[in-house]
Amino acid sequence: MIKSKDLLGIKDLSAEEIIRILDTAAVFKDVLARDIKKVPTLRGKTVVNVFFEPSTRTRTSFELAAKRLSTDVVNFSVPASSIAKGETLKDTALTIQALGADFVVIRHSSAGVPYFLSRVLKASVINAGDGSNEHPTQALLDLFTIRSSKENIEGLTVAIIGDVAHSRVAKSNIYGLTKLGAKVRLIGPPTLMPVAINNLPVDIYNSMEEGIRGADVIMTLRIQLERQNRGFFPSLEEYFKLYGLTGDRLKLAKEDAMVMHPGPINRGIEISTDAADGPQSVILEQVTNGLAVRMAVLYLLSGVKE
Amino acid sequence: MSILIKNGRVIDPAQNIDGHYEILIEGKKIRGVYPKAKGPKTDKIIDASGCIVIPGLVDMHAHLRDPGFEYKESIRTGTMAAVRGGFTSVCCMPNTNPVNDNKTVTEFILRKNYAEGACFVYPIGAITKGQKGEELAEMGMMKEAGCIAFSDDGRPVMNSLIMRRALEYSKIFNVLIISHCEDLRLSEGGVINEGFISTTLGLRGIPKAAEEVMVARDIALAGLTGGRLHIAHVSTEGSVRLIRDAKERGISVTAETCPHYFCLTEDEVNNYNTSAKVNPPLRTERDVEAVKQGLKDNTIDVIATDHAPHHIDDKYNKEFDAASFGISGLETAFSLGLKLVEQGVLSLKQFIVKISVTPSGIIGIPKGTLAEGADADVAIIDLSKDFIVEPDRFLSKGKNTPFKGWQLKGAVLKTVSKGKVYEWE
Repeated sequence: MIKSKDLLGIKDLSAEEIIRILDTAAVFKDVLARDIKKVPTLRGKTVVNVFFEPSTRTRTSFELAAKRLSTDVVNFSVPASSIAKGETLKDTALTIQALGADFVVIRHSSAGVPYFLSRVLKASVINAGDGSNEHPTQALLDLFTIRSSKENIEGLTVAIIGDVAHSRVAKSNIYGLTKLGAKVRLIGPPTLMPVAINNLPVDIYNSMEEGIRGADVIMTLRIQLERQNRGFFPSLEEYFKLYGLTGDRLKLAKEDAMVMHPGPINRGIEISTDAADGPQSVILEQVTNGLAVRMAVLYLLSGVKE
Repeated sequence: MSILIKNGRVIDPAQNIDGHYEILIEGKKIRGVYPKAKGPKTDKIIDASGCIVIPGLVDMHAHLRDPGFEYKESIRTGTMAAVRGGFTSVCCMPNTNPVNDNKTVTEFILRKNYAEGACFVYPIGAITKGQKGEELAEMGMMKEAGCIAFSDDGRPVMNSLIMRRALEYSKIFNVLIISHCEDLRLSEGGVINEGFISTTLGLRGIPKAAEEVMVARDIALAGLTGGRLHIAHVSTEGSVRLIRDAKERGISVTAETCPHYFCLTEDEVNNYNTSAKVNPPLRTERDVEAVKQGLKDNTIDVIATDHAPHHIDDKYNKEFDAASFGISGLETAFSLGLKLVEQGVLSLKQFIVKISVTPSGIIGIPKGTLAEGADADVAIIDLSKDFIVEPDRFLSKGKNTPFKGWQLKGAVLKTVSKGKVYEWE
């Protein structure tokens, strides 16, 4: 069982809790393979997706996961305009409370917002990405995907490449992978490495070739195009030359290394088409597994309140 | 109306007095200091048994929010908070609306304070028009209207040439230029100290270098121009080192810090606690120790509050990134500063000097003394009396403090301000 009523971040979870979620997701993955993919497990419960940032993939995945569990799910999109009018985050939270939500799935550009909501709301809060902090369900689906191909996460070498500093996906994966005993390498320019990240058990590489050599799993991160103008690197061309994942570079990793990406991918910027579409790529599997993992999270959190 | 304050331990560093004396107040002035039991008969007696009797405290750095942000604080509530904390003179920063960048606003503040203020208020004018960092404000006319120093405070002058001109031009009037040292490019988007905690919280960090490069720049410009520079709210070890070095080289620079920089570290922001969101941000244990050392060796001359009252909507009902920076500090500063005395960093006398005598001297006001002829501004404090910090009981409209629930020693029991006696339990 998960101790908290909420899923705010991987850093708050124990290894046992992570494994429990992954095991539960495996059951739901079997459900999703059936002809009839819907189960009545959470009938009568209400899930509210609150997205302050545009997101198609994560929101759709949560929405579908909630529907597969027979909940009523609604999307509460918050346009920037209502915040500009002076509504505080607390006002928004209390509005959602008044709607009677059992689960609130929250995406916000500012770190810590899910923590704020968890203090205000009785509902279970699920973090769907907060600023540069965490994106726990993405890390869980990544762990699930790795576990589907590799027997054991413990002892694997996982290389995470790119804009680690701004990536909540990378942060959640670092916490999750290290808790489960994987060796984590971070690859990228020093400008895109989080400050003092070496306080965590990770190895940092500025050289792509050195970093991916012998890796079991390679995760590429999406590069935000505006980083170039802000001086994090000189050009997308140079970035691709130094850190782009190509078919040739992939040969430096283990023969059966998995290629992962949280999406949406920028072809020719952080990953080449031959690497993204090649036989080692599990990028679309990640999307499918996201559904099972999010169903597992909703299911396990609902148990806490019963 | 005459008042005699008796039975207390009078500490007046300016007169080198520490002992049992009696203070005679007539109207709004101090009319004499007498040995124990030698004071004259008066209309009223204040019994200061068990207390220290010291010159009213002087805050070089406060935000009174008036005009323009009266929902956060007003001159009335801000000066009441001051008096509650033992302060009888408060310098108010110009980031009001409109900005205090012309004599009309300065005059408005002083007139309003005359009508409703509980203590003396000394406006700090903006260095540049609209605090925009582009053109110098009319320092001469503002000085004449009552400004005692100039600062763009939270919107530091990024253009080094304008800062040079300000330090040069200010020499005509021999006024202080107060610098909030922050390189806005280095700090952009930052909300807490840059370090492992900012990484684990996913919040943008403000590196210590954002403060230190500006301290270094302003010291260089003070050396170049001979203008009088005062560094506001020193928060880092590097800043202390730079100021110490500048003083050894004879540059005209003074410095202040605030209680939160010697009482708290960045750990306070864990769990996204916006009470501890302040600019400059809370730093590390190492910086706290360096700030204390700087206070001890007089690198840091002054303890100020940087009193920054905020409304609950701005401070607590928003996400961390959007919450306002600042701590409501007037009602806790003395008791927090007293910790330095308990820890052996400062003697009691040195502490009083840094929170009353020296700031008066730096800004050039006749305060920080109980000498005959001085204004009747007195703080009466029971050093052994404990109290719990309860923001809901603050007289300030700003209930924003990271010290909520702290048990502190040194309760201000009575303050005499402008000759009027304020008393609390």
